Amino acid sequence: MPRGILYRALLIIGLTLWAVMYLVPSLMVALPEWWPSFLPSRKIHLGLDLRGGTHLLLNVDLEKAIENAVDQNAEDLRRVLREGNVTGVEIQRVGQSLRLRAATQEAKNAAEKILSEQFPILTRTGAPQPAEGEIAVVLDRREVQRLREYALEQSLETIRNRIDQFGVAEPTVQRQGSQEILVQLPGIQDPARAKDLIGKTALLEFKLVAEDNKAPGADGTVVLQGQEVEPLSGQAHKVPYTLERKTLMTGDVVADARVRPPTNVEGPYVELILNDRGARLFEKITGENVGRRLAIILDNTVYSAPVIREKIGGGRASITGSFDIKEARDLAIVLRAGALPAPVTIAEERTVGPSLGKDSINQGVLSFVVGGSLVIIFMAIYYKVAGVLADLAVVLNILYLLAALSAFEATLTLPGIAGIVLTIGMAVDANVLINERMREEVRLGKSPRAAVEAGYERALPAILDSNITTFLSGLILFQFGSGPVKGFAVTLCLGIISSVFTAVVGTRVVYDYLLAKRRLVALSV
Amino acid sequence: MSGMELIKPGTNFDFVRLFKYAYSFSLVLILLGLASLWYHGGPNYGVDFAGGIVVHVKFTQPTGIADIRQALEATDIANVTVQDFGQGGNEFLIRMPIVEAATEEFSSQVAKGLGAKFGEQAFEVHPGETSSSGSTTVRVKFSQPTNLADIQQALAATSLANVAVENFGQGGNEFLVRMPTAETGTGSLAAKVQKGLSAKFGEQAFEVRRVEAVGPKVGSDLRRKALLAVLFSTVMMGVYIAFRFEPRFGVGAAVALLHDVLITAGALSLMNMEFDLTVVAALLTIVGFSVNDTVIVCDRIRENMRKLRRENLAGIINRSVNETLSRTIITTGTAVLVIIALFFLGGEVIHAFAFALLVGFTIGTYSSIYVASPFVLLFEKEGKRR
Repeated sequence: MPRGILYRALLIIGLTLWAVMYLVPSLMVALPEWWPSFLPSRKIHLGLDLRGGTHLLLNVDLEKAIENAVDQNAEDLRRVLREGNVTGVEIQRVGQSLRLRAATQEAKNAAEKILSEQFPILTRTGAPQPAEGEIAVVLDRREVQRLREYALEQSLETIRNRIDQFGVAEPTVQRQGSQEILVQLPGIQDPARAKDLIGKTALLEFKLVAEDNKAPGADGTVVLQGQEVEPLSGQAHKVPYTLERKTLMTGDVVADARVRPPTNVEGPYVELILNDRGARLFEKITGENVGRRLAIILDNTVYSAPVIREKIGGGRASITGSFDIKEARDLAIVLRAGALPAPVTIAEERTVGPSLGKDSINQGVLSFVVGGSLVIIFMAIYYKVAGVLADLAVVLNILYLLAALSAFEATLTLPGIAGIVLTIGMAVDANVLINERMREEVRLGKSPRAAVEAGYERALPAILDSNITTFLSGLILFQFGSGPVKGFAVTLCLGIISSVFTAVVGTRVVYDYLLAKRRLVALSV
Repeated sequence: MSGMELIKPGTNFDFVRLFKYAYSFSLVLILLGLASLWYHGGPNYGVDFAGGIVVHVKFTQPTGIADIRQALEATDIANVTVQDFGQGGNEFLIRMPIVEAATEEFSSQVAKGLGAKFGEQAFEVHPGETSSSGSTTVRVKFSQPTNLADIQQALAATSLANVAVENFGQGGNEFLVRMPTAETGTGSLAAKVQKGLSAKFGEQAFEVRRVEAVGPKVGSDLRRKALLAVLFSTVMMGVYIAFRFEPRFGVGAAVALLHDVLITAGALSLMNMEFDLTVVAALLTIVGFSVNDTVIVCDRIRENMRKLRRENLAGIINRSVNETLSRTIITTGTAVLVIIALFFLGGEVIHAFAFALLVGFTIGTYSSIYVASPFVLLFEKEGKRR
């Protein structure tokens, strides 16, 4: 026997063993005791459309993060101007830029000096042309880029933290594109709660309630809604609070948040444990404002605004409000995990219940078995022995394809199963091409050996061309699609690679073997 | 003993003679599809592309659509549509648009709330600089300086929850009204549907099998990307063929592919099937598969052009199509076999996908014979005239 045949046969046997090895974990309920730990132990990863679960695409509002940074800079600028005794400069944010209005030329010069010396990240803009006595500045382009990157990374981290604490098996949290985050929660029972937990900005702020003599809406104040619950009826209604605009403290000083059980007097509440800096800050704030009301605001809603009775040391604060124990627990989770640097919106949600997933698996498997059998039977009838050989190639192809899915940890989805079924129907094309060529050669009166050789050789360019084109469109689909559709592109592309191998190399070995043994007197094709 | 032969050797259908009829046939198919698309006002987009929410429910008993509509009317969800899903009579798709996220909607609500208190003439509403994620902020400019608390009060009387009002500018007459983002997300419409249905049928009578919610921006984004993906792959196939064979073969292939995609999209529209992401997957697969036949025929045409230098191009094309006919039919046949299995057994979720493949693969085979090859001939004739 020529050595070439031996090598190719060994390659096929080796690949088949490898494939079986990767498929054993998926086919068995539990791995046998003796299964060595160095062998693969993962099952084929099923997509959310087959196993049930929730897929969320979150859009991070990066523009808002930049606006926040601009606000922060305005605040710093006001402080520096005050400390430098520069008066008569008003600062206002318009979109993502700051407008400085100076009353006098002197003030304008002073402001310009401070800007250039202490605020290098603010750059002057020419357009739109600022009015007389005005300076317009924006954040430096590099700073904006850095902020975007930071906001996205930070959001990712925060959401990952929240989901980890929420307790979901095998969650996926990853970046997608320049401002989106993909979250996949397999087998989740309560998607509404998860969405609530993920979507909360959880920006905790402490602000003073404006003194009574200040008119609502006066300069330097902001009006926010709060919830107040009537003690008797339990009915909640909205109450507007006039607050001082200045934020005294934010949630970044929170070291831990715990749920405290309800007492006779009030419902469950969340206790905040502040870090050292927060503890000192809180002591200072409460010490300086005894007798005034301190509003605790979460995501622009006032939760409570207790009167400060005395200076509070020890770094503990509590958030009370009208919530039940589950809400309190979720509140504690988001406070512990930290605030999102920018608001997120849910751009896309897909939830599949477990029963639909199970049905889809059954329907997918059924169409696989029926479709596959039809093709296999047809090939055997139409091409006889050559058809059976092609069928063997199909079976090997499916084996390799499934093993590759398992080995590459690709995700199998319902369209993915459809892709496998389709691969069966399309992959026989290579053998059809070869067989038709061999028939032509036999008709020309060539010997079996010459017919086999010519059949394979002449069909090869066409086989390669046609598979490359399908592969290319699979790649484009992979780029374009998401979730289930990506699963289709994966099975399609893997199927093409393995089918070319099994159809061209796999079947050829058998012919070569038969020719070498001189068993092949006439071609059955 | 040999296997069966579908096409006897030496078969010689005169395909080239039929080319001119094929043109009319294709044209009729395409026009029919386009007419249907025009009549329906574009493809029947699924939520993937149209945006909105779809809730897939399955009842334990066959249930009437009218009853479901009635149950949903009791909720305050606007523009709900209910449609049958599958053959059982107990599965339904409930679709509704996402409205909260729209800035216009929000600003009109703000205008209505303020108008009730201050009168329509007292102010102007400008939809604010909307951020890319659609965070909703509007700027309100009053003709007179106005009290912020009054505005807050006026808005609290509307259905808008948790709006924040800020002073804007120095005049005391401009304000920013911002809606917290949590309110503008895909919201809890699905939960409302569930509540409305359990109020009428009881909690045990149905199950929610699937919820899909796609924001309007994501939808229009996907539409653009899908169109680009299909166009790009078509062009790429053309370029590949032009590079591997001859430029005129490439042009023919690209035209044939566009022809297939158009007819498939038209057929989906005629059957009023939903156009979703899986259909785009089908279209790209059709592009990849249909070009196979073209490759095979071109390959044979090139081979025969070398072999038979005496014969004219029409003859060569005819001969090549005939020689590869058996293969073309068998390959399409096996592919169509599995697609039929997917169509009937694969379930409702991939129904439109299987249908698109069925139409596309069949038309793809026809087009590689009747659209791609004649194109080669067309170029040749023009070349000779020069």
